[in-house]
Amino acid sequence: MKGIFSNPLFAQGFWMPIKGSSVAGDVDWIFQFILWVSLFFFVLVVGIMAVFVMRYRRRPGVEPEESPSHNTKLEIIWSVIPIILVMIMFYAGFKTYLGMETPPRSAHEVQVVGQKWQWTFIYPNGYSDPVLHLPINEPVQLLMRSDDVIHSLFVPAFRVKKDVVPGRFTKAWFEPTVAGVFPVYCAEYCGTGHSDMTTAVVVHEPGGFEEWMTTAANLYGDLPPAEAGQMLYAAKGCTACHSIDGSKMVGPSFKSVFGKTETMKSGEIITVDENYLRESIYNPQAKVLEGYEPVMPTYQGTINDEELGYIIEFIKSLAE
Amino acid sequence: MSNYLNHTSGWKSWAFTLDHKRIGIMYLVAILSSFLLGGIFAMLIRTELLSPGQTIMDADTYNRTFTLHGAIMIFLFIIPSIPAALGNFVLPVMLGAKDVAFPRLNLLSFWLYCGGAIFAVFSLVTKAVDTGWTFYTPYSTTTSASVISMTLGAVILGFSSIFTGLNFVVTIHKLRPKWMTFFKMPLFLWSLYATSIIQILATPVLGITLLLLIAERAMGIGIFDPGLGGDPVLYQHFFWFYSHPAVYIMILPAMGIVSELISVFSRKTIFGYRAIAYSSVAIALFGFFVWGHHMFTSGQSTLANMIFSLLTFSVSIPSAIKVFNWLATLYKGSISLAAPMLYALMFIFLFAIGGLTGLFLGTLATDVHLHDTYFVVAHFHYVMFGGTMIAFLGGLHYWWPKMFGRMYSEKLAALAAFLIFVGFNMTFFTQFVMGTRGMPRRYYNYPEEFTAAHQLSSVGSYIMGFGFVLIAAYLVYSLLWGKPAPGNPWGAATLEWSRCPSPPPHDNFAEVPSEDSDPYDYSLVKYDEESDSYHLA
Repeated sequence: MKGIFSNPLFAQGFWMPIKGSSVAGDVDWIFQFILWVSLFFFVLVVGIMAVFVMRYRRRPGVEPEESPSHNTKLEIIWSVIPIILVMIMFYAGFKTYLGMETPPRSAHEVQVVGQKWQWTFIYPNGYSDPVLHLPINEPVQLLMRSDDVIHSLFVPAFRVKKDVVPGRFTKAWFEPTVAGVFPVYCAEYCGTGHSDMTTAVVVHEPGGFEEWMTTAANLYGDLPPAEAGQMLYAAKGCTACHSIDGSKMVGPSFKSVFGKTETMKSGEIITVDENYLRESIYNPQAKVLEGYEPVMPTYQGTINDEELGYIIEFIKSLAE
Repeated sequence: MSNYLNHTSGWKSWAFTLDHKRIGIMYLVAILSSFLLGGIFAMLIRTELLSPGQTIMDADTYNRTFTLHGAIMIFLFIIPSIPAALGNFVLPVMLGAKDVAFPRLNLLSFWLYCGGAIFAVFSLVTKAVDTGWTFYTPYSTTTSASVISMTLGAVILGFSSIFTGLNFVVTIHKLRPKWMTFFKMPLFLWSLYATSIIQILATPVLGITLLLLIAERAMGIGIFDPGLGGDPVLYQHFFWFYSHPAVYIMILPAMGIVSELISVFSRKTIFGYRAIAYSSVAIALFGFFVWGHHMFTSGQSTLANMIFSLLTFSVSIPSAIKVFNWLATLYKGSISLAAPMLYALMFIFLFAIGGLTGLFLGTLATDVHLHDTYFVVAHFHYVMFGGTMIAFLGGLHYWWPKMFGRMYSEKLAALAAFLIFVGFNMTFFTQFVMGTRGMPRRYYNYPEEFTAAHQLSSVGSYIMGFGFVLIAAYLVYSLLWGKPAPGNPWGAATLEWSRCPSPPPHDNFAEVPSEDSDPYDYSLVKYDEESDSYHLA
């Protein structure tokens, strides 16, 4: 067994994990307050006990000394001081808790679905992911539901935990203040895979969240390029002007167009290749095919490079 | 000499006995068997957790193991441990009575306990329960495990507990000698009285709750399952309405034992008798109004959380008062470190940690982080094991000579107490640290970084286990070959020691003690070197 203090467990200090959210500082302050009060009383009680046990050890023939069996003043003191201390604990805990339960209006919403034995996070744009991604320094509210039994979303770094109960919504909010990757656990026992119902929360530096979302929200990412292109063909509205069955519409059909030699309005003769298609999508007026009007708008900014690649693959797949 | 052990013989003389002492001994055997079973499950849990992922069992087996550990330890061991086993033996003798008020009901309680235990263990050999001892819905209504058998067992055990409580309340009210007013009763009796009140008032709610659970599971009646129009959080309210007061069923009698031990082994009148007596009753009453603190993260309203947090702190005060009173009792005493006293002092040490860590959990802001982590596991083990179990061991060592008329080896007893103390702190203090770092409870698998802490905890549990094996060994030795015990080896002034031989005769007293006596007046008993015992002056 390695020395326990060289363990990565203690990289952030002995008691609590890294303070990753706006409330963590307050929670840890209350924790430390209770800890020191407790330590004081523990040392007091055990210390007095140890001293008395040594000082008044039984000796043969020595009877105990007379001492009172009751002392009103002392008894009031040791009742009132703890009452005052625990009322401070109650008040501090309640006040911080109120803040933890009251999300600011500006909080972004992420929906959470807990089910045996995985988490799903649904972002406002409809994209869902098994990992919780968040921008730094922005409050987020989680709207949570369960499809089967009770789960509980627990992010130690944020000091947040809330049960996810079937048949109702529960809410939790927090504001991440440190960029990084932190563990997310299920804290309510839910069966076989309970201890594997874990994931991560990724807190992005400013701008990083949007960047991640753009890439991740690319819904065509997992399909073969040609099929992704076919979806984009429909999704980006190409269908309005370009057929795929060879019939002539506002624009030329995509059928069998790739690799063909075509004559331009300018009289220039070109072969339809990847770079021609790219130019025709980003700068449609540059080379207009004979017999068509230069009416196509540019798709620069609406179709990115990756998507462009898929569309070109789709057009290639329609070649003979 | 005729005593309750050799008064009659044959198995029927035990199985159908109406003698509270024999029933107490039968309970003792039964709960210690349960403790052995629950302890084996504990060792299996700690062994599995030596490494992340699979060590000796798969996830489903692990889930069953911790469920059985919890259910057996709580329903079959801790709740009946002090009241039903030690209480049954001691209460009437301490009271100067010949038996409890309803001896037949007492026997029925015992056999109901055995019946409930059979149902619970039956679920072991069929498809063992995997819900955790709390049986939370809708998991418990949808799992394929034999939940009905286990919960039915708990319902039957509940009746056993209610009958014992009822019996004790009536006994304390009706069978005291005329001179013994409530404020002349030993504090152990006060604590058993407070415990009995909780058993009578709270246990029926558990019975109703578990029957509703069974109705939902067996007949599809929607009470807790949202799919059937029920509310799963309602179950938690019902369950904790019993199970939080049940914590005080466990700890109050333990505090009662400690009050006796601290006083006897310092030969000092207990300090603040009335404060200790009233605080038992206060804990019993306040204990009914704090159940919601188990549900701070359940989605319960913020207002409810605020009220439950406030009320929770109210329970901490009477407990603190008791600890201060025990300390004050030691002052200027003549302190003997015999085995029972070692456990009493150990109780103060461990219960202080258990109680103080409760403050972190009663405080809303910190509980959100700590709830359902190893911090909670450590906290309640410090209270239930460090508190109740340690006091039970203290009581067992204290009344052992009275029960069996034999002494045990003080040296081995001190060694075992030391092993348990070291092992226990190694096992559970480590878990406080893991909990604050975010280690969730009921986890079969865990992140690599927790490995060293888990291993330390497991090694501690083995040390503790060894301590218990040692206790079992010297107690069995004591039963067979132990030195005969005198009537009053400790110099106690309560009736079971001062006026009753060891072991007591069948009827406890030839005639009911009619003389007024103070349970904590040690000038009444004087040491006699020749018999190595104390006698009435």
